[in-house]
Amino acid sequence: MKNSQEVATQEEFVCEAPNNMVKKEPPLENLKYLIVGIMFGIIFVKAEIISWFRIQEMFRFQSFHMYGVIGSAVIVGMISVFLIKKFNIKTMSGEKVDFHPKKFQKGQIYGGLIFGLGWALTGACPGPLFAQIGSGFVVVIVTLISAVAGTWVYGYFKNKLPN
Amino acid sequence: MNQIMELITQPWPWYVAGPLIGLTVPTLLLIGNKSFGISSSLRHICAACLPAGIPFFNYDWKKEIWNLVFVSGIFFGGVIATNFLENPDTFILSERTITDLKKLGIHDFAGLMPADLFSVNALFTIKGFIFFVLGGFMVGFGTRYAGGCTSGHAIMGLSNLQLPSLIATCCFMVGGITMTHLILPYIFKLF
Repeated sequence: MKNSQEVATQEEFVCEAPNNMVKKEPPLENLKYLIVGIMFGIIFVKAEIISWFRIQEMFRFQSFHMYGVIGSAVIVGMISVFLIKKFNIKTMSGEKVDFHPKKFQKGQIYGGLIFGLGWALTGACPGPLFAQIGSGFVVVIVTLISAVAGTWVYGYFKNKLPN
Repeated sequence: MNQIMELITQPWPWYVAGPLIGLTVPTLLLIGNKSFGISSSLRHICAACLPAGIPFFNYDWKKEIWNLVFVSGIFFGGVIATNFLENPDTFILSERTITDLKKLGIHDFAGLMPADLFSVNALFTIKGFIFFVLGGFMVGFGTRYAGGCTSGHAIMGLSNLQLPSLIATCCFMVGGITMTHLILPYIFKLF
């Protein structure tokens, strides 16, 4: 009985950062992602993206820094995605790269606004949260736990929210 | 060697940091067919620790473990950059921002974070509750509701020319601007 219930409640797994690799990766392969993550964390700190002040500067339009960072990241990302699609560049293990078209949902508006309000308070989107903690701002552990709680509450009320 | 170290320890300009962040998109795609996104890690933590029979958390999170390894890398990157690549000079903030924030009641502009807010002492005050507990909650709830954050929508989504990601990114900005200009002054009046 329990089993059939579980099957009934299962929904299609949609994730913005899915693992599309067909071949199973041995656990050690995760080192790759650890290294990319470390590089990423270093960039976050060295470009001062983790700074609450920089985020304030951005939302007050008093510095070009954050717009330059996000804008140039998007341009480099766009060119990369274009090249991967155009030349059908395969992954290291020879697989076709998967892209996921996003469907418009009202959540992108409501959720986007709520995240924006929180972003200006905490001075961090989810990535910099981890780098802030690594930089020794221990109180941010509370922010992270709250963010996990927020995600959980969203999951709990998901079907009752307009979307 | 010293010169290289000097260059690395200086704050990195946007035209170095931005393109490097952009390169994360093809790097993750090509080393393992992974789409770039960070807020999904928060969902995987829920799925791993407290799925509580909620369908949204009922999936094979172990298959997505790369994302958790990636964010733990971000943590370690923060440790390395702060302890070994520390900026020898003082933090430089726009004068206009300093003036604006002084009016709100922030006085310490020495570090990356305002010491007036981000201290353990502030944690158990109403200030701490709003900035950490409520702020964090909105980040976690909002990103999941929107289906991604600055990385998943603004960078990965826009790189892939997704209109919904553009809409989401605009809403992130509208939310942030609203908080900064319309709500923050009232919050600072509370203490």
